Amino acid sequence: MATATGTRLFGASEKRREDPRFITGRGQYVDDVKLPGMTHAAFVRSPHAHARLKRVDTAPARAVPGVVAVYTAQDVKVGALPCGWMLPDIKVPPRPALASGKVRYVGEPVAVVVGETAYAAKDGAEAVRVEYEALPGVSNPRKAHDKGAPQLFDDIPQNQCFYWTIGDKAATEAAFKSAAKVVVQPLRNQRLIPNAIEPRACVASYAPGTGDLTLWVTSQNPHVHRLLMAAFILGIPETKMRVIAPDVGGGFGSKIFVYNEEVVAAWASRALARPVKWTAERRESFLNDAHGRDHVTEVEMAFDRGGKITGLRVKTHANLGAYLSTFAPLIPSYLYGPLLSGVYRIPAIFCEVWGMLTTTAPVDAYRGAGRPEATYLLERTMDRAADDLGVDPAELRRQNLIPPFTGGTPYQTPVAFAYDSGNYEPALNRALELSGYAKARREQEEGRKRGRYIGIGVSTYIEACGPAPSAVAGSLGAGAGLWESGQVRVHPTGAVTVYTGSHSHGQGHETTFAQLVADQLGIPMAQVEIVHGDTAQIPFGMGTYGSRSACVGGSAILMSLDKVKAKGRKIAAHLLEANEQDLVFEGGKWSVKGSPGKAKTWGEVSLMAYLAHNLPQGMEPGLEATSFFDPPNFTFPFGAHVAVVEVDSETGQTKLLKYVAVDDVGRVINPMIVDGMVHGGIAQGVGQALWEHGVYSDDGQLLAATMMDYALPKADQLPSYETERTVTPSPVNPLGIKGAGETGTIAATPTVANAVIDALAPFGIAHIDMPLTPDKIWKAVKAARK
Amino acid sequence: MTLPVKMTINGTNYRHEVEPRMLLVHYIREVVGLTGTHVGCDTSQCGACTIILNGQAVKACNVFAVQADGAQIMTIEGLAKNGQLHPIQEGFWEKHGLQCGFCTPGMILAAYQLLERYPKPTEAQIRHQLEGNLCRCTGYHNIVKAVQYAAEKMAGR
Repeated sequence: MATATGTRLFGASEKRREDPRFITGRGQYVDDVKLPGMTHAAFVRSPHAHARLKRVDTAPARAVPGVVAVYTAQDVKVGALPCGWMLPDIKVPPRPALASGKVRYVGEPVAVVVGETAYAAKDGAEAVRVEYEALPGVSNPRKAHDKGAPQLFDDIPQNQCFYWTIGDKAATEAAFKSAAKVVVQPLRNQRLIPNAIEPRACVASYAPGTGDLTLWVTSQNPHVHRLLMAAFILGIPETKMRVIAPDVGGGFGSKIFVYNEEVVAAWASRALARPVKWTAERRESFLNDAHGRDHVTEVEMAFDRGGKITGLRVKTHANLGAYLSTFAPLIPSYLYGPLLSGVYRIPAIFCEVWGMLTTTAPVDAYRGAGRPEATYLLERTMDRAADDLGVDPAELRRQNLIPPFTGGTPYQTPVAFAYDSGNYEPALNRALELSGYAKARREQEEGRKRGRYIGIGVSTYIEACGPAPSAVAGSLGAGAGLWESGQVRVHPTGAVTVYTGSHSHGQGHETTFAQLVADQLGIPMAQVEIVHGDTAQIPFGMGTYGSRSACVGGSAILMSLDKVKAKGRKIAAHLLEANEQDLVFEGGKWSVKGSPGKAKTWGEVSLMAYLAHNLPQGMEPGLEATSFFDPPNFTFPFGAHVAVVEVDSETGQTKLLKYVAVDDVGRVINPMIVDGMVHGGIAQGVGQALWEHGVYSDDGQLLAATMMDYALPKADQLPSYETERTVTPSPVNPLGIKGAGETGTIAATPTVANAVIDALAPFGIAHIDMPLTPDKIWKAVKAARK
Repeated sequence: MTLPVKMTINGTNYRHEVEPRMLLVHYIREVVGLTGTHVGCDTSQCGACTIILNGQAVKACNVFAVQADGAQIMTIEGLAKNGQLHPIQEGFWEKHGLQCGFCTPGMILAAYQLLERYPKPTEAQIRHQLEGNLCRCTGYHNIVKAVQYAAEKMAGR
């Protein structure tokens, strides 16, 4: 395995190289793309959660000035949108690009209108007449399981898409039989709607002369988009399709997936031989972006007399929505169950999941994806248990921690995962210390006497990042490998272009990857260009999600750097008439040990590689390398967070007073960027705990379909955060990186929820389901006071 | 039906015929071709489309182009002068006040007005003044730092 050497820039908070274009308004996002002859698409969407499509009358729309064409499922003959992850005995309902026969969620596209302008297309969409025969809907995944519940698909009885288990059922039952104490906690992990600030968008441009199709799309993984669309949906050679994901304004998972709109736009561009653009209105983002979470869960945790956890039993109804989004089955199964051990030694775990279809928008990965759900139930239940057992919640956690294992021997959990490296207590200790935990407890005690309700919440977490060993993923149902590509092309001047299969939509790869490259080659960052997001330029790559870019994508780049350096060393040795072993590469040049005057710079060697006038016997000219890194295991970042809140018992309003995060993400290339990701993750996690909720009515109307109804965190609702790190390098990649993209979101939700419930302890309130809005808290306090 | 509009954007005069229903943000992006002003929500919650219209920070998705007839407008493209970044832009760069960059133009122009109102803002004032601009990446932490940086820099010159 390659190794990372050089530390000049690795670990430095370099300012981001991408920022000058963003702060001057010169970013190039998909909606900024403008092509000659470009048309605009607008979609007609179902207002019903569940209905039979009786008739779609497109004639009135065709008569609208500026309308170019109107298409329905009758016209758009393409393959179903595929699902890329299979589970045993899963039932996969076909997901059409445009609804046919039936609609199954509010917002499902029924027809598309193409216009000369976006305004004309929207006029046309309003003119399309659709006759529906409304059917009853169901939005709750447990109710969807009832006999007699509205049935989405004739051949999927009781709407059960899959049943999945992990762990040892018998051992877990035995643990519960002999338990001294059992804590039971039913809970709901509510539906979230991702809301990247850039709405999804696409521009499809078909060239009739060559048959080439170019698609600009807001994607976190352009090659995955190309593969699924070309091979499964459009049925064209991959070589005839180019996918470009330029500047992308946030993703948080929602831009991983292949959606109806880009499929229809691509088809329409071919049909019309004109470019077709579609940009979501925010309401469309709410209706048709893949949502996150939405579990109904029962947790039971068994303890011995000493307060040690002996068993964990989990039953979850996971809402998948009306159809399977691209990776939907993965999230409530392998990204959920295997996380249930957390950072604790739990001898026996058994988890059952019912994957349920409901008349709601499809649910898939949203920042954290499965891991926040696991962490929330574990950490909420730990607080419940501490309360029941009469011990301090931080202490209960400490006494159940897995002891340190940093020497390369993994920790095997009872739910499949083998953690790469971990040292959990220092992070917990540091978080408690930074937050002034003991003092906060005293202030809480004092305050309660005066009717001031302070709450202190603690949460540890673990997450699985850097997916994944491809062979393992394949054995678990993945329709893809999960390696990453990294290509290094050295130019004759010694400047370097790096092509990465990772995609940056806020992560700052143009900076962090350049730091890595400049360090390894001893050249200035200005000599390094990072290219991503264009299938015509980069080798096949898997994209960015699961906090994988630095640990998997960065490692692939490192492998290629090692290859060009190895070839460069041979050229340098040849030019210096020295033995390769006698050369030292430092500061961008090879010099002969003992005679520092004898040296060849990186630039000189690069030039010779292309001049090829004087190369070692038999060596090919040129200097470039392509590598694919397939990690031997996931990485497992971890940490501990503490929040201090104050709850107003009269209004139910929660104020977040302090937030402390101590994370261990392994080695860090750019601390400023990692801190930034942690901050943003915390805000999203707090959002789930306190405000955000994708509310559907019982029969499937989305009641939170605008930013007025769905409460995204705002600047004046949040404090500044205190962040620190411990560093436990990962042994499963040469950079020692564990990944940092999702930690904040995973930890912040239980941390803040625990803090609020802790504040309400004097009222005897033991649990409220999220989001912990003033309304719910006020009602709970009022009920308790009766 | 179209109506004539004329306005000055970043010092340049524009004159067009537009549909009365055309939103100012679409006029700026599609007709004038300045794409630094973004559309995040169409309904005035996110603030990505914030511009400076006759000296006021305004969400350009909630103004018709014809309502801005005769206006003086500054968009994000007009903030840096002669290739010199404005201190707010510098602050966002120095303090890592952006990640994906999509909310950034609107956030910067909201901060521009904030600093006109409060040249020495407290953290609470900064947070309150920016509550009409949503950012999903930064958790606002470094945006606050960026505005504080700009305030100090502007006080010093």
